[in-house]
Amino acid sequence: MNIENKQHYDVIVIGGGATGAGTARDCSMRGLKTLLVERFDFTAGATGRNHGLLHSGARYAVTDQESASECIKENMILRRITRHCVEDTGGLFVTLPEDDLAYQNNFVECCRKAGIDAQPISPEEAIRIEPAVNHKIIGAVKVPDGAVDPFRLTVANVVDARRHGAHVLTYHEVVGFLKDQNRVTGVELLDTKTGERSVEYADLVINAGGIWGHHIAELAGVKVNMFPAKGALLIFGHRINNVVINRCRKPADADILVPGDTISLIGTTSSRIPYDQIDNMEVTPEEVDVLMREGTKIAPSLAYTRILRAYAGVRPLVAADNDPSGRSISRGIVCLDHATRDGLEGFITITGGKLMTYRLMAEWATDLACKKLGVNAKCRTAETPLPGSELDRHEPQTDMERKSHVIALSTDQKAAEGRHGSLSTEIKYKSDEDEALVCECEQVSVGEIKYAIDSLHCENLINLRRRTRMGMGTCQGELCACRAAGILVKSNRCVDRTLRDLSAFINERWKGMYPVAWGESLVEAQFMSWLYESVCGLDRIAKPEDKIDEK
Amino acid sequence: MDYQQNTTSNNNFEECIKCTICTVYCPVTAVNPDYPGPKQAGPDGERYRLKKPFFYDEALKYCLNCKRCEVACPSNVKIGDIIQAARIKYSAHSPALRDRMLASTDFVGTMATPFAPIVNATLRFKPVKKIMDCVLKIDDHRTFPSYAGQVFTSWYRKNAAARQNDYPRQVSYFHGCYVQYNFPQLGKDLVTVMNAVGYGVQLLEKEKCCGVAKIANRLIKEAKRDADINMASIRKSVVDENRPVIATSSTCTFTMRDEYPHLLDIDNADVRDEIMLATRFLYRLVDEGKVKLAFKSDYRKRVAYHTPCHMEKLGWAIYSVSLLKMIPGLDFVHLDSQCCGIAGTYGFKKENYKYSQAIGQPLFDQIKREHVDVVATDCETCKWQIEMSADVPVANPISIIAEALDIEKTIELNKTI
Repeated sequence: MNIENKQHYDVIVIGGGATGAGTARDCSMRGLKTLLVERFDFTAGATGRNHGLLHSGARYAVTDQESASECIKENMILRRITRHCVEDTGGLFVTLPEDDLAYQNNFVECCRKAGIDAQPISPEEAIRIEPAVNHKIIGAVKVPDGAVDPFRLTVANVVDARRHGAHVLTYHEVVGFLKDQNRVTGVELLDTKTGERSVEYADLVINAGGIWGHHIAELAGVKVNMFPAKGALLIFGHRINNVVINRCRKPADADILVPGDTISLIGTTSSRIPYDQIDNMEVTPEEVDVLMREGTKIAPSLAYTRILRAYAGVRPLVAADNDPSGRSISRGIVCLDHATRDGLEGFITITGGKLMTYRLMAEWATDLACKKLGVNAKCRTAETPLPGSELDRHEPQTDMERKSHVIALSTDQKAAEGRHGSLSTEIKYKSDEDEALVCECEQVSVGEIKYAIDSLHCENLINLRRRTRMGMGTCQGELCACRAAGILVKSNRCVDRTLRDLSAFINERWKGMYPVAWGESLVEAQFMSWLYESVCGLDRIAKPEDKIDEK
Repeated sequence: MDYQQNTTSNNNFEECIKCTICTVYCPVTAVNPDYPGPKQAGPDGERYRLKKPFFYDEALKYCLNCKRCEVACPSNVKIGDIIQAARIKYSAHSPALRDRMLASTDFVGTMATPFAPIVNATLRFKPVKKIMDCVLKIDDHRTFPSYAGQVFTSWYRKNAAARQNDYPRQVSYFHGCYVQYNFPQLGKDLVTVMNAVGYGVQLLEKEKCCGVAKIANRLIKEAKRDADINMASIRKSVVDENRPVIATSSTCTFTMRDEYPHLLDIDNADVRDEIMLATRFLYRLVDEGKVKLAFKSDYRKRVAYHTPCHMEKLGWAIYSVSLLKMIPGLDFVHLDSQCCGIAGTYGFKKENYKYSQAIGQPLFDQIKREHVDVVATDCETCKWQIEMSADVPVANPISIIAEALDIEKTIELNKTI
């Protein structure tokens, strides 16, 4: 290994989820020379596998005041700094006839204590605000919930980190730590695509690997007890509700219905799984049953709305430090300085928490990093808008108006602006081809795909999906996957790799469709297999076991 | 599991499996790259509009409402209805004066017929056409159908009404604006044919425009008002007087049967089956042996049948075609089923003219190749378009039947039934 040419970083952040990306942003904004490493793609873990709910904190108000007040504070900050990733849908907590209405009073009281603006309203008013809610509700409370897109949120953090000089390596897994006596001096990396190994040096390594942080800590020789809790969700084909609907009861299965972008999501279940199963997330028929049974109680139309797919994520629950049994689990933020805790210098773990508090977690981790590195710099992430959400938004752009001969912006241009905020000005519509659509369900143009390839760190189709929503719509990649592959191959110039990538993409889509493969979704899947197997012969070109972002 | 036995949604948009056959069959997509096509404008766009009305694309105005997408759809998605409903619900532009004028076929007709010779001459006068082109954006290539000096109902009351009760069986006739104001001869032909087979023809108690042009121009309140009046009269005829309602315009028929419930939210389920096109009504009578037709022995004509889009949607072209084929001296040519491009008021609008003509071009070419004496079709706007663009006379199948019918012999044959 060639050491001379190696950069020396102040900080290496491990993990390309919201927390890792946020920490890389915070570190680089405070002038630290930062490297962000991720074994697959950004948001490949828990960040990309949740509700996308901009929690008001109300859900935690009764059980965990501290989390609740963190949530509402971060909620207000995110609305400011990441406007283009947030939709202010508002939220309802509804009480069903089978639930205890007394819970609602306590709930409202606890919300107010945590600083959450919770307003009890009449069931009639709730039905007026959100007609999809079960009309039999006996109580309702309005809260400032919203929807947040975790993919774009994370990428915006990465984009800003890079603007501040951070380096980023995706598809690089940490397979070991470099140590000098009791000090971590760097990480050993495995390029998960080529199998090549390399090393990177830093004064400090921050473990922001979510549930995988348990294993990363082990590699460094310290123990952080995490308990994986699996949560399954279902995605419905279109928006059923435009307001978040929560069930006003002690948190339980399938009691949140979130309108996310063009779809609605019901979730989640919660089940403990063994640690060796965290890379093996499959939704079981029992989980689908529970989600449907409970979900239809809050919104009856779920019973007859097409389901696009099912997926599951893993919450990293962290045991309190002196409790190896894991009984006293915290959902709060855990920031560990392994120097004081374990006598290992140069290593920090930031974990626990939730998507909503990713920025606060990053702030805590970076505060600690600065303290350890002797850097005196203030956190500015709560005030500085993320790229795409800058306040001085450009005037309607000339490039965007290329289609102005039509009358106004087309749906895909409006959608692109919604997805990328002010960064959408960087999408170029230079030719008729750029105006054509790649993904018709989610309205993604050729221009937007090219922009994502050039500027948003995309190497494969799954990356493109996370950056643009390509392939996330009703047809689940049936029409767009091969079109996007055609564009991608022009930039990577490797037909073989792109074909295998195409196969991996379709395998990944099928994985999500499989647990809910009935009705139109099954017809759609069948149609897709005719196209890709029978017509294109993809199964003979690529291997069916091709996978991306999975072990 | 009890859930998810069926997935249902407005106009079935969720049943779309994105096969894109609709877009292949869309006549507009083929000629106008600014139109997103039925799949994107319909089920795909609907998901975005459900998220926020902001995502509505004004390019949906290029839809002809031909419903060929719905005919093509293997999943029974009401694509055309989704698009029309979206235009009605979301378009930010209120209908222009021109759109109101074009849509108000009955009002304009009432105003124009008393001065028919003057109005007709004026509308043909080049400078007037230029002014309408510039000011109203009504394309100057178009000529308005000329207005008749006497409206159909006046003729009917004077010349036909008295003897209708003499016939053993009765039917009501929805004549529509075209027969009323522009071309009463078609109505007269219908009366001739029906009387010959022993049917008396009655008018509805009250008849308003079917509303197709108002719906297309998003004058929904006005369309609904007319539709309610029509439905009341139709109900009276069908339910109280046991008289089915027949029409000679495929578009009027289609509008009252299918657009009323889908786009105007008017329930017509109780009488829908009794609203019919005249050719279907007649064919079924012949087919069931209830009436007999006798044709002139010296009738000789080469006739091509053009399937109007709404006939395609109704699936009824077979009735008109089968009737025409019964005429012994008729040399029949079945034209490919494709849109002529005019789509009612659509083709009159300046911004649509070139697309309108481009859509119809393959049809015009085919007609010219076939060297026919006359083109038969059940839609009056197709008639205007084909007459203008293919330079060939166009007639309703009922008029052709009336012309070829040996009336004396037919009356005789049906007396014995």
